[in-house]
Amino acid sequence: MTNVIEVEDISKRFTIHHERNQTLKERILHPRSGSSEIFDALSDINFTVEQGETLGIVGHNGSGKSTLLKCICGVLKPTTGQIRLRGNLAALLELGAGFQHELSGRDNVYLYGSMLGFTRKMVDAIFDEVVAFSELEHFIDTPVKFYSSGMYVRLAFAVAVNVNPDILVVDEVLAVGDERFQAKCIDRIRHFQREGRTILLVTHQADTVRAICDRAIVLDHGNMIADGPVTDALRIFRGRLLGDVTDHRPGGAGVVTIDGLTAPSGSFEVRHGGNLHFDATLTCDHAVSGNLVIEVFTRTGLLVSRNDAEAAPVSLRPGVNKIGVDLADVPLLDGVYDINVGLVEPQGATMLAWREKAASLQVLYDGRSSGVVAIESSVTQW
Amino acid sequence: MDEPSTAGQRSLVASPVRVVSARASLRTRLANLIERRELLFSLITSDIRIKYKGSALGLFWSMLSPALTLATYYLVFSVFLKNGIPLFVVYLFAGLIVWNMFQSAVSSATGVIVDRAGLVKKVSFPREILALSNVGASVIYFVIQVVVLAIFLAIIGHAPAWSFLWLLPISFLALYLLTASIAVVMSAITVYLRDVRHLMDVVLQLWFWVSPVVYSYENSIAPALRIRGLTALYFINPMTPIILTFQRIFYVNTTVRSTTTGLPLHILPAWSMTTFAVVNLGLLAFAIVLFLVALVIFGRLEGNFESEL
Repeated sequence: MTNVIEVEDISKRFTIHHERNQTLKERILHPRSGSSEIFDALSDINFTVEQGETLGIVGHNGSGKSTLLKCICGVLKPTTGQIRLRGNLAALLELGAGFQHELSGRDNVYLYGSMLGFTRKMVDAIFDEVVAFSELEHFIDTPVKFYSSGMYVRLAFAVAVNVNPDILVVDEVLAVGDERFQAKCIDRIRHFQREGRTILLVTHQADTVRAICDRAIVLDHGNMIADGPVTDALRIFRGRLLGDVTDHRPGGAGVVTIDGLTAPSGSFEVRHGGNLHFDATLTCDHAVSGNLVIEVFTRTGLLVSRNDAEAAPVSLRPGVNKIGVDLADVPLLDGVYDINVGLVEPQGATMLAWREKAASLQVLYDGRSSGVVAIESSVTQW
Repeated sequence: MDEPSTAGQRSLVASPVRVVSARASLRTRLANLIERRELLFSLITSDIRIKYKGSALGLFWSMLSPALTLATYYLVFSVFLKNGIPLFVVYLFAGLIVWNMFQSAVSSATGVIVDRAGLVKKVSFPREILALSNVGASVIYFVIQVVVLAIFLAIIGHAPAWSFLWLLPISFLALYLLTASIAVVMSAITVYLRDVRHLMDVVLQLWFWVSPVVYSYENSIAPALRIRGLTALYFINPMTPIILTFQRIFYVNTTVRSTTTGLPLHILPAWSMTTFAVVNLGLLAFAIVLFLVALVIFGRLEGNFESEL
C-alpha cells in the first residue's frame, strides 16, 4: 500500500510569552522583560498512514494531538522534522473558520472550497450536493451572519466532505449539530472509508475511536506512547489517564488496585438469558468509597453496556475486599465478550482504579439469531 | 490490513508528495503560491463584494468616486487654483492613480495577518496570499481608475503619448511587484510589532510628499536638487520613476506654455524613450529581486506567527 502520510521526527516547540511586549515602546524600553517559557508540544513523533486507513489520535487535553493535526494540515510548521503527504487534504479543524460573515452561504461555499485548495470548477461540480447535504436550500443566498451556529457548522462540514479529499482530517467536530446530523456525518465518514480514502480523527472520546478507526496512536505530553490496533492503544490510553490520576491525587491518599475477577463456578460461562455471579477483588491501603463500573465489550471492540456507576456504591476497608457482582438475564448472543472493571469516586469524576479485560465472558446461545443481543420479533401476516 | 475497496478512489502512488517542514525553499513557496492562485482570486472578489455589500450602486461606486474626484480637480485647478499648468488635472490624476494603488495596498495589507488571525491559525494556505489579495483588490481599483482617466481624456480630446504606451505594462508590473513586496513584508512585521501599523500611516504620508504627484518634478524641485547634487537621492524612491512614466504617458508634454504668464514651463524631465525604457526595465528587475527577497523574509517570519497571534 502507498503511504499517504509520513510523519518523520516531528517536534514542535512553542515559546509562551507571559508578558507580551508587542508595542514598539515596550520593546525599546524593556527589551528583555516579560518572561517567556519554552514548551515542547510534540517531541520526535514518527508514524505513517497508509492509503485507506482510518487513524485515531487520542490523548488527554494538552497531549499535543491538536498540534500534531495542525502540523499535518500545514497550519503550523513543525520546529524540526518533516511531514510528507500524498494527495489533497481537507481539514475540519474548526468548522467555518474561513467564513466571511457578510457573504452569502453560496459565496462562502466557493471561498471555503478555495481555502481547502479546490478550484472553482471543482466546487461548481459539487455545489448542489453541498447544499443538499447541509439542508440549507432556503438559506443559501442569505449572508452567513444570519445563520445559527448549527447551520454554520453544517455548511462548513458539507463543503469539506463533499470536495472528496484524498485525506480527511477531523478534529473533534463530530460533536456538532443535532443527533441526526451527527449520524449523517458518521455515515459519510464510513462512506469515505469504503471508498478507500484516508481519515485522521482526533478525539478524546474512546467510543468514537473504537467505532470508526482501524488503528490509533496515543499521545501523552507530546510523546507518542502507543501506535497499534485500537483496543491496545485505548488500553494504554486509559492506563495513562489513570496513571495521571494517581500521580496527582491530593493529600497523599493511597492506592486502590483491582486484583482480578473470580467466578465461583470457575468459569465465566453463562447461557443466554441466564444469570452470572462473580467476585471482584480490590486491594486498598485506606478506607475508600466509590462506585463500581462494569463495561462489556464485544471482541470487535463494540461497547455493549456500561452500567451506571451511581447504581453500585461500595465502601472498601483497608486491605483486601471482595465485592460480589451479579449479571442478571444476560441478553447477549453466542460469543466471547470482554469485561472491564473500574472504581470511580462517588462524585463520578475521578477514576480510582481500572482494569481492562479483567475477564472474558463466554455466552452460550442455542437459538438461530446472530448478532450481539436478541430482540424478540414476531411476524404477523394480515 | 485488508485491501480496501478502492471504488471511487484513485491510487495515490503517483501523486506528488507535499512536504511540511520548518523551512520551505523559495522555489516551493513560489510553486505553492501559483498552485493556490484560485484562493487569491476568491479572496480578492470576496473583499470587493464585502466592500460594496448592500450598496445600491455596488462596484459602480469605484468608478463614480474617481470620476467625481477628477471632475472636482478639473474644476478646482482650472478655475480657482490656477498654477499656470494647462490640464494640470491630467498630470495630477496620472500620478495619483499610481500612488493610490501603492498606498491603499500597503496600508490595508500591513494589518491583514493580525486581523485575519482566526483564519491564519485554522486554515492552511500560503499566508502571503492574504497580503497579496489586498494588493490584488488595489489593482482592480487601479484598472478602474485608468479606465476613468481614459474616458476623461477622450472627452476632453487629449491624446496620450501613443509611442510611450508600451512602457505602461512594464511600469505597472514594476509597481505591482514593488507594492506586493512591501505589503508582504509589512504584514509579517506587524505580527511582531503592532505599532508598525500606525507608523506606516505616517511613513506613507511622508512618502507621498517625496513623490512627484501633486507638484511637477521638473518645474519645482529638479533645479534645486541638481544644484546640490541630490538628484540621485530623490530617485532612491522607486515610486518616482513609475509616477514620471505614467505622467509622461498620459500628460504627454514635457514643456508647456504657462496659462498665466505665457512663459514655457518644464513639467517633466525631457528623457528620451530609451531612457524611460532603461529606467523602467531596471526598476522591474529590481522589483523582481525585491519580491523574492520579500518572500524569503516572510518565510523566516511566519514560523513564529502562532505564538504571536
